[in-house]
Amino acid sequence: MKIAVLIKRVPDTASVFAINPDQKSVATDKLKFVMSPYDEHAVEEAIKLKEANGADVVVVSLGPDSAKEVMRTALAMGADEGLLVTGAGTDSLTSKGVAEALAAAVKSIGAELVFAGKQAVDDDASQVAERVAELLEMAHASVVTKFELNGGTAVVNREIEGGSYTLELPLPAVITIEKGINTPRYPTLPNIMKAKKKPIAEKSLADLGLSAEALAPGVVLESLSLPRQNRRNHIIDGDTPARVNELIRLLKEEEKAL
Amino acid sequence: MSVLVLLEQRGELKPCALEAATIAGQIAKASGMALNACYIGQSLSDQAESLKGFGIEKVYAYENASLSHYSNDGYVPIVRDLVNELGAKVIIGSSSALGKEFCASVAARLGAELVQDAIGLGWDGGLKATKPLYAGKVISETKITTFPAMASVRPNVISIERNGDGAPELVKRDMPQVSLRTVLKEAAQATAGTIELTEAKVVVSGGRGIGGPENWPVIEDLAKALGAAAGASRAVVDAGWVHHSHQVGQTGKVVSPDIYVACGISGAIQHQAGMRTSKIIVAINKDPEANIFKICDYGIVGDLFEVCPLLAAEVRKVRAS
Repeated sequence: MKIAVLIKRVPDTASVFAINPDQKSVATDKLKFVMSPYDEHAVEEAIKLKEANGADVVVVSLGPDSAKEVMRTALAMGADEGLLVTGAGTDSLTSKGVAEALAAAVKSIGAELVFAGKQAVDDDASQVAERVAELLEMAHASVVTKFELNGGTAVVNREIEGGSYTLELPLPAVITIEKGINTPRYPTLPNIMKAKKKPIAEKSLADLGLSAEALAPGVVLESLSLPRQNRRNHIIDGDTPARVNELIRLLKEEEKAL
Repeated sequence: MSVLVLLEQRGELKPCALEAATIAGQIAKASGMALNACYIGQSLSDQAESLKGFGIEKVYAYENASLSHYSNDGYVPIVRDLVNELGAKVIIGSSSALGKEFCASVAARLGAELVQDAIGLGWDGGLKATKPLYAGKVISETKITTFPAMASVRPNVISIERNGDGAPELVKRDMPQVSLRTVLKEAAQATAGTIELTEAKVVVSGGRGIGGPENWPVIEDLAKALGAAAGASRAVVDAGWVHHSHQVGQTGKVVSPDIYVACGISGAIQHQAGMRTSKIIVAINKDPEANIFKICDYGIVGDLFEVCPLLAAEVRKVRAS
């Protein structure tokens, strides 16, 4: 069985962010980049399945050459090969275009099962994997906290507000992964060395039968800004009972929130 | 040309459905388009009352027991066909756990652009959306210029506002025959009496400062006094003191309550990502240098084991009076 795992290289959100003077881009020179945290769980789940049942795990990403850094990490964790969609037209895509490109990439692999993080923590777009599923007419489930494979059927738990669903999906299927599902392994040094020799194929949009024109974005970025912090920053003085009573008074009388 | 709002239900219409209806009504007004609503579920029946005052002209109700729970295979084709039938130009949903999956799937079927988790929406010849990026450290303003355009709205951010008591016309629809590939085996409810974090009006969260799982009841008791949901920082979840479903933050849940009370939480960036859009932030921490005080409205520098029980007792007195 072939398993595709969709992963993305993103800035570590613990970084300090600055907006460029054009107000349309983030200054990237001081950012540290990592694999999106949910994607690490997706890679781990695929490798666990490979260890239990045998499978070829292909990590798939879209982006510039630097995306290979996190693909190598996934290969060092135990994935077998990589496929990077890159080149002209890939840098300006919206989630809609990214999904069309990744769907074509997944199709070219012939994957029966696709894992992805529930969202990437840069743009938090929260839609690419679901779009890939719909474009490929695969069954899908999102925000999955437990995954089992019984023959050709996936049994998953997915969280909803105030509860959870247990779902059975026939393969082929796309599953997006939530954090609590597993603990991603750290690559060992020998595996990091081995990963350097594993293949990462590259495909352009044209290789996948797509064109940048057909995937032209329908979203205009008007501006980026840093969040305003209009907080009161009012530190309440006094002994503990006085502070507690003052807090209640403020919440009740000033804010009318209690 | 019209705006369509997707009404999320879990047996009953959810508050986020009425929040979406509120903002969809504002977009309809600003753009001069009509507003319609789509309900899929067991039965809308007398809940139609709660849809008064949003300016909804028609609510299309697809009522069927087999679709009381969300299903991609069941719900998505219905909306795709309704959008095409109505020629809807703008589609608004909710950015809940299920709502995000629903909206992403509908957008794919329609070939539509979609902004998820919007904290503000508007109209200017296209659908304008305000959305946090990079764990809330950057705010983006975008405009979708192709149609249909879609957005889902972060729960608890929009205040539900009704204007008058105009009731929508109820249009009952027959259920199309669909074969569901995905089978729902079990729908488990969380323990009775617990309030869902992302929907709570008040959230009380505990961090590393609680010291150990044996002290978690301090947080739970304050939450109970305030009628709040109990949340936790990543440190507390990673240490195994409470279940991941309590985690507020970048790799946990995003909450926007009226009051967020952070107890013994340092205020790491990844935590802020999950609570930055709270309306009032209260911080209780013994370290006056903690980052949480930089982003709070009201702060108490002190031992949470003294402050929280006293606060719980005083809140109960106020509530009782």
